[in-house]
Amino acid sequence: MTDTPQNRGTSQNADAPQNTDTPQSSSAQQTADLTRLTAVELSAGLRAGDFSATEVTRAHLDRIEQVEGTVNAFITVTGDVALATAAEVDRKRAAGEDLHPFAGVPVTHKDLVVTSGITTTAGSKILADWVPPYDGTVYRRTKAAGLPLLGKTNLDEFAMGSSTEHSAFGNTTNPWDTTKVPGGSSGGAAASVAAFESPFSVGTDTGGSVRQPAAFTGTVGVKPTYGSVSRYGVIAMASSLDQVGPVARSVIDAAALHQILAGHDPHDSTSLPGEVPDFLAAAQQGASGGALEGVRLGVVKQLAGKGYEDGVSAAFRSALDLAAAQGAEIVEVDCPSLGYALDAYYLIMPSEVSSNLARYDGMRFGLRVEPEDGPVTAETVMAATRAAGFGAEVKRRIILGTYALSAGYYDAYYGSAQKVRTLVQRDFAAAFEQADVLVSPTAPTTAFGFGAEKSSDPMALYLGDVATIPANLAGIPGMSLPAGLSEGLPVGFQLLAPAHEDARLYRIGAGLESALDSARGHSLLAQAPEL
Amino acid sequence: MKYEDAIAKYDPVIGIEVHVELGTATKMFDAAPNTFGGGPNTNVTPVSLGLPGALPAVNGKAVEYAVKIGLALGCEIAESCRFARKNYFYPDVPKNFQTSQYDEPIAFDGSVEVELADGEIVTVPIERAHMEEDAGKNTHVGGSDGRIHGAQHSLVDYNRAGVPLVEIVTHPIVGTGERAPEVASAYVRTLRDIFKALDVSEARMEQGNVRADINVSLRTSPEAPLGTRTETKNVNSFRSIERAVRFEISRQAAILEAGGSVLQETRHFHEDTGETSSGRVKSDADDYRYFPEPDLVPVEPARAWVEEIRSTLPELPAQRRRRLLGEWGFSELEMRDVINAGLLDPIEETVTLGASPAAARKWWTGEIARLAKQDEAEPTQLATPAQVAELAGLVEAGKLNDKLARKVLAGVAAGEGSPSDVMSARGLEIVEDTGALEAAVDQALADNPDVVEKIKGGKMQAIGALMGPIMKATRGQADAGKAREMIMAKIGG
Repeated sequence: MTDTPQNRGTSQNADAPQNTDTPQSSSAQQTADLTRLTAVELSAGLRAGDFSATEVTRAHLDRIEQVEGTVNAFITVTGDVALATAAEVDRKRAAGEDLHPFAGVPVTHKDLVVTSGITTTAGSKILADWVPPYDGTVYRRTKAAGLPLLGKTNLDEFAMGSSTEHSAFGNTTNPWDTTKVPGGSSGGAAASVAAFESPFSVGTDTGGSVRQPAAFTGTVGVKPTYGSVSRYGVIAMASSLDQVGPVARSVIDAAALHQILAGHDPHDSTSLPGEVPDFLAAAQQGASGGALEGVRLGVVKQLAGKGYEDGVSAAFRSALDLAAAQGAEIVEVDCPSLGYALDAYYLIMPSEVSSNLARYDGMRFGLRVEPEDGPVTAETVMAATRAAGFGAEVKRRIILGTYALSAGYYDAYYGSAQKVRTLVQRDFAAAFEQADVLVSPTAPTTAFGFGAEKSSDPMALYLGDVATIPANLAGIPGMSLPAGLSEGLPVGFQLLAPAHEDARLYRIGAGLESALDSARGHSLLAQAPEL
Repeated sequence: MKYEDAIAKYDPVIGIEVHVELGTATKMFDAAPNTFGGGPNTNVTPVSLGLPGALPAVNGKAVEYAVKIGLALGCEIAESCRFARKNYFYPDVPKNFQTSQYDEPIAFDGSVEVELADGEIVTVPIERAHMEEDAGKNTHVGGSDGRIHGAQHSLVDYNRAGVPLVEIVTHPIVGTGERAPEVASAYVRTLRDIFKALDVSEARMEQGNVRADINVSLRTSPEAPLGTRTETKNVNSFRSIERAVRFEISRQAAILEAGGSVLQETRHFHEDTGETSSGRVKSDADDYRYFPEPDLVPVEPARAWVEEIRSTLPELPAQRRRRLLGEWGFSELEMRDVINAGLLDPIEETVTLGASPAAARKWWTGEIARLAKQDEAEPTQLATPAQVAELAGLVEAGKLNDKLARKVLAGVAAGEGSPSDVMSARGLEIVEDTGALEAAVDQALADNPDVVEKIKGGKMQAIGALMGPIMKATRGQADAGKAREMIMAKIGG
């Protein structure tokens, strides 16, 4: 089944067969209800026969149709693909065949994930019409589990940005306040989940690109341990930092999606060997109570206080108080090298970007632009294509990285940055001697308005990643979950665990989430305004 | 400038980079088949095309072959080494960077002994051997003789992109003087033989499995610092290597003599003229912006594995030559003739099958080589080691003399069967019928009384003069030893 560029955009599938087993299920009321369910609830309902995969998928496609005009979380909606998968799941279930427990629960992939036959743009003009001939491993895994693909979500071009404004396919709005950005670069993934267009989404996180949009949209976002999820078929930004991760409306749902995505892949030599831990069980255990009892939460001195908005600090502190009331021990830890993390990141990331993005040259795939005048040679076509196809932020990073790798500068820039990376890892290792997880606000601010990232000094916005970047440099797992609101906008609470201890994040995260939900009386997203 | 004059005035220093394509089933970093030929862009995967999202994964067999090559060249094998990206824009490089090794090669610090035509041994110091991937192949259409200049458009075939290569880099090779061209060629030939012995590559020069880049520089004396070098790319035959070095020495000497300075550049060798010309200048070739390949984890060949490979290395050409020299008692010159004729393998097998080394060498390099030359065939196409061993056995047993054996060989070469088959079919056995021999001897004695007198007078060598008529009378089938005994008996008695 293919989805060509022509049917990009919200698609209605009036011709698709109705599910005849449950003729009453297509009422608008039930459709709305199905999109409000979590992935775990959908999974249980599907298995109990309360509703079909087709109904669930159609409900989400209807919701997309209803709100996409406002949210614009998708670059491509793949209604036909989703309904075909849903019909297949329903058929198999009716035939009593073995199905993955989450079969029939729809999903979206960030448009950085390569999907065979479905346009994959990376949010860039240079790949606007690229229809890949192969599947990325994470897409292969969600397909194999029977998760209908609703579409490909919007992002900053090649995942470079913190607002999704650097997309060639328009802005995505924040469902909490449509005058604000959803964060980025996985802004479409987070917005689609926050707007109930999808129960969960696959994003990528290179310096906070899953956790920061999760924080801005009141959702849960996880950056797994480096290597936990295969990067094969995920368009590379910075190879040593990129990691695929889930965005969801609960910690348990995030664990469920991570479980589906994780596992060794021989096509990615950096993917971790061995058995995948049971993330879902860890989250369920954490949510069942008592998970915070005796847990040491390490507040990172360098990631709190100065530079953070008052409302952000307040929401963070009150979540900490709540954790303490549940028996958690709050300790302060010192990670002095984090003061250099941002600098190191902005040398390593653009260096890898400059090399990874060299292949977009108009020779083999994607946009090809011939020079307006002068000779048409491979070199002039490459230059014209790249000049026309890349946006300003991408060009800025390519130039920075090319410079940093140049002969004579390598040691001073890339070499020194790698040393900082080692120091960050050491600081974290020492901090994890004193604390089970490290905690901080996910971002210094709540969602900002459109234009802020593009108009102001890029340095100021790069500082927005100060709390998320260290996890990528060290390869450790990180999670953002909603702490509360500041002036009506969500604030993210970040937890970091040692490498390979993702399950610990899910257990403690689910415990904190359920404490916060209980205190509030509902999940934070239940408070989100109607779109 | 004439080569002899150039050499008289300047001391040449050469350096050679040899690329060998490994004969693995799949490419260096993906599962695309590593095969020669096939339609354009058929042996490719998303990885070898550098599609967005594709990632490399190291081919374990290629690492094993690289370790074999490293060990055969006497190198250290790194306990841990990394790949690096060599960044440059060119359409035959799908990712616009080549995945190679830079500051951490898999093998380093070795040497290889190279034998020149006259038997002189030169030790070539090896700096390193590293793994990398090959590029695709550009075809320029519409210009003259396939060159990019004047072409209307260019086509790229990525079948070769990602084919595993090992690049072997020498230290500067000094002190070769006028023999520099010969050393360069013999070095590459030695490597080619090693690749074949290791069975890591088809190692066919004409298919481009082995390619050499030749660096040449001149200095005024062996004590002077190294001069500016040129690098002549992709020289693909032993003869061309020799010619290219020779030409560069003459060309550079002429420049230096005229007071000019040699430009450090890439040059191309032209088979037709035997000359080199200035190569294309890549726009950003000055700075490859190397950095460690973040998509690949370090390669860490386990020590036990390396030792296992070392223990199973086949005998290398130089070791074998040394061993056989000792075992066979050939002179250096005889051994060199055997090797140059490509007859070491059949001779060794013939000896293994029971022939004496001297007999095996005599038949293979003598009559069989002569017949092969006459028929424009390979010696091994005309006879097998088993046939030659049988022939040598028949001569040893006195059933054939040399003359008859040559006739038998002609029959074997003509496909008439084994030596004994030919012998009986053509009736070539030595005559043992003493009646016929005695008649021939008596006739010869009667016809040559003067010779008989000489023999009686003690001139034993005069017997030879009787052998011709005896052989003629018996159509060559007489046993010379028996005839001699008979003559002595008759004269003495």
